[in-house]
Amino acid sequence: MSDATQTYTHDVLIIGAGGAGLRAAIEAAAGGASVGVVCKSLLGKAHTVMAEGGIAAALGNVDPQDNWQVHFQDTMRGGALINNWRMAELHATESPDRVYELETWGAIFDRTPDGRILQRPFGAHTYRRLCHVGDRTGLEMIRTLQDRVVALRIAVYMEVTLTRLLKDGDRIAGATGYNRQTGDFVTFRSKAVVLASGGWGRIYKVTSNSWEGTGDGVAMGFEAGAEVLDPEMVQFHPTGMVWPPGVKGLLVTEAVRGEGGYLFNSEHKRFMLDYEPEKKELASRDKVARAIYKEVQAGRGSPHGGAFLDVIHLGSDRIKKKLPSMYDQFLSLADVDITREAMEVYPTIHYAMGGLRVEPDTGATTVRGLYAAGEVAAGLHGANRLGGNSLSDLLVFGRRAGAAAAQFVKSVSLGALDPASVADEQRLLLGSLEGAGSENPYLLQQELQAAMQEGAGIARTDAGLRTCLQTILALKRRADNVHVAGSRLYNPGWHTARDLRFMLVISEAIVRGAIERRESRGAHWRTDFPNADPNFGKLNLIALKDGDAMRITTRPVPEMPDELADLFNGEVRQKSA
Amino acid sequence: MSDTTLLVFRGDSIKTGTEQPFQVPVQEGMVVLDAIHWIQAHAATDLACRWNCKAAKCGSCSAEINGRPRLMCKTRLDEFAGEPIHVWPMRAFPLIKDLVTDVAWNYLVNAEITPFTPKTDEPVPYRMAADDVERVFEFRRCIECFLCQDVCHVLRDHDQKAAYYGPRYMVRIAGLEMHPKDTVNRTALLHREAGIGMCNITKCCQDVCPEHIRITDNAIIPLKERVAGRYYDPIAWVGRKLFGSKAD
Ligand SMILES: Cc1cc2nc3c(=O)[nH]c(=O)nc-3n(C[C@H](O)[C@H](O)[C@H](O)COP(=O)(O)OP(=O)(O)OC[C@H]3O[C@@H](n4cnc5c(N)ncnc54)[C@H](O)[C@@H]3O)c2cc1C
Ligand code: SF4
Ligand code: SF4
Ligand code: FES
Repeated sequence: MSDATQTYTHDVLIIGAGGAGLRAAIEAAAGGASVGVVCKSLLGKAHTVMAEGGIAAALGNVDPQDNWQVHFQDTMRGGALINNWRMAELHATESPDRVYELETWGAIFDRTPDGRILQRPFGAHTYRRLCHVGDRTGLEMIRTLQDRVVALRIAVYMEVTLTRLLKDGDRIAGATGYNRQTGDFVTFRSKAVVLASGGWGRIYKVTSNSWEGTGDGVAMGFEAGAEVLDPEMVQFHPTGMVWPPGVKGLLVTEAVRGEGGYLFNSEHKRFMLDYEPEKKELASRDKVARAIYKEVQAGRGSPHGGAFLDVIHLGSDRIKKKLPSMYDQFLSLADVDITREAMEVYPTIHYAMGGLRVEPDTGATTVRGLYAAGEVAAGLHGANRLGGNSLSDLLVFGRRAGAAAAQFVKSVSLGALDPASVADEQRLLLGSLEGAGSENPYLLQQELQAAMQEGAGIARTDAGLRTCLQTILALKRRADNVHVAGSRLYNPGWHTARDLRFMLVISEAIVRGAIERRESRGAHWRTDFPNADPNFGKLNLIALKDGDAMRITTRPVPEMPDELADLFNGEVRQKSA
Repeated sequence: MSDTTLLVFRGDSIKTGTEQPFQVPVQEGMVVLDAIHWIQAHAATDLACRWNCKAAKCGSCSAEINGRPRLMCKTRLDEFAGEPIHVWPMRAFPLIKDLVTDVAWNYLVNAEITPFTPKTDEPVPYRMAADDVERVFEFRRCIECFLCQDVCHVLRDHDQKAAYYGPRYMVRIAGLEMHPKDTVNRTALLHREAGIGMCNITKCCQDVCPEHIRITDNAIIPLKERVAGRYYDPIAWVGRKLFGSKAD
């Protein structure tokens, strides 16, 4: 550890090495830019590696009727129509090529009998659309992209956390932070920054996300003046593990239902038949999650307070072939053999639909030179994301942001470094080590998680949200009083002290947005306003930095051009006979 | 709720560091990683460890538990029936702090492997028969936990990192060599830089692999056979044909 700051320079700095960041890096390098990729964990360990079920792309390999128009409509309907239509259009039209491209880089998906990519059904997708590799699709994807990045000799800085974006006037000039291993301070100077830092599930107690999901990118973008779109839209995945306590929240992939799994309540009733007679277990995630919640509230829950998810009828061979990691996960962690017993599941916080507002074609945020792609960006998924649409999102918009950043850097020079901003950040970082505080960062984090789970969870009310907001504001003050032991050498307590500040910014945005949206739409369920309100249906909410405070404003949902809007009128979908 | 004792390695040098005991309250179904998290929150906020998925999918939480290389997120406390549990970092790699080691060498080795190289005029989308891809899937399951590297005596006891890439990279090379659309022959690389001859088939690696990849049987031995076609290797024998029509 030294007090000097190490400085690195690249044309394009990419913050994040999940699917979005790696795909952006490949494209930016192809565009001739010098690229540096930074990530908090080792390479290959981002959330993308954990994705199980698959990647959505209208290849039509299994259901030839499928095409981009149907995928587009499914995405928009699933998002309760507050999505950005242009993003949904680009996503639906470009996903197939992005998937095929992965195979030219060495990926291999499960195959149809005639040797093409196999596709499975998933919630709210009209046709069988998810390309997959058993239940380890994300691993296949990240390893392929990682190998490509390595082959292209792109610089990767592992175990580095960036904590503040640097600006020169109104444009981006780089970012600063610390090396997790050594504790040394680092600064990156760059002409453009692509944020690909993922989501923020970690601010809740029960989540499928890892420690990385603390919303750093959104918070840094917000601090730098970028707009945060629809922060209140948080996805509750219907099926997380509930028992034993240590695994509570771990994901049970939707592929379990995609492959034909049924949900039962304690009376052995297949309750989805009542809630969603048409799509049943494969209705959109918001609907299935609410159904499970209601069953448990009504006293028809499983012994550990969930629903039963049952695949026994699929037979042991099929389960072990198509869901091997689920089989292993339940057997080794919960002593449940899913070929013989039902799983117990309950909704878990999974995904952030909200995030930085970007220009659809380029991923540009409202700050010049700052781009965002993947879960950190918003717009594509509206009020609810369909399963499988994230992995394709990463590829389509990662590529676009990388290309746009590489183009942008051709016309600008390096911005000036702002030493005062760097010094200010370093003071903030050192505060928890050197200051006289007394709070434990882990315990504050746990208090925040409990408050968010309680006040901003699956069922929300004005009163509950306001109580939660007060807790957040109080925790913000206490966060200044954190103290951690030890040195800067690989010190997770010290890291957590800084993460906590990001988490508090995001939590505040979620809660303030949720208070404002006085209706129920997609994942946002207000029990005091149980219906959708057509007026809110025309609005996206925006959280914006206003001096030291946070302000919520609105923007009109962009209107579709006629040829796309027409798709939603007459019954354009042709259900397969 | 009863307590159990974890003896966790603490320090930034394997010579001067020591085991520190922690009493941890045990909940049903708890794994070693849960216990480490409890210690971080309540007893030692600066205890260093790596983790991400908590579900044996990312390969971050590798450690040596009672001397055996394992994933902390997949090792249940009840397995030890209340006996003290020793948690140490992987010993084949330089220590950074506590349970965290410097695994950068693996990434450097990986970069030396000739990447996937299809024919330039291969029509896209690819057609590949299910039977041809099935055996490659086994190798692509690798989560890069490096537990096999940790246990391999060539790397661990003899520190022959300059001479042998280690089992993880035999798995990667096998996956490339058996990929139906790959055109490169990596036999010379295997023989020289990758040092496949250093492996004497003890099978310790496949014993610890949390993904149950049959590293020795399905990756290393077939690769040795392939190398033996060109170079002498005392342990290899010639058998099945797994490498399609690739030129030797
Ligand atoms: C268990 C699980 C299963 C899933 N299954 C599916 C599925 O089947 N299909 C699907 O479509 N989606 C799925 N998802 C969702 C999808 O995997 C994620 O939304 C997606 O991987 C996010 O990718 P990303 O590239 O945006 O970010 P991530 O993969 O989360 O990567 C973020 C990167 O940013 C880095 N980073 C963050 N903050 C900083 C900082 N301050 N400084 C430096 N680096 C930073 C991180 O280290 C990391 O490298 C699943 C998610 C989970 C958790
Ligand atoms: S079989 Fe070979 S690679 Fe595996 S542990 Fe033994 S010597 Fe090492
Ligand atoms: S082959 Fe197995 S033990 Fe080795 S790194 Fe991969 S998953 Fe881990
Ligand atoms: S935390 Fe991912 S393998 Fe253990």
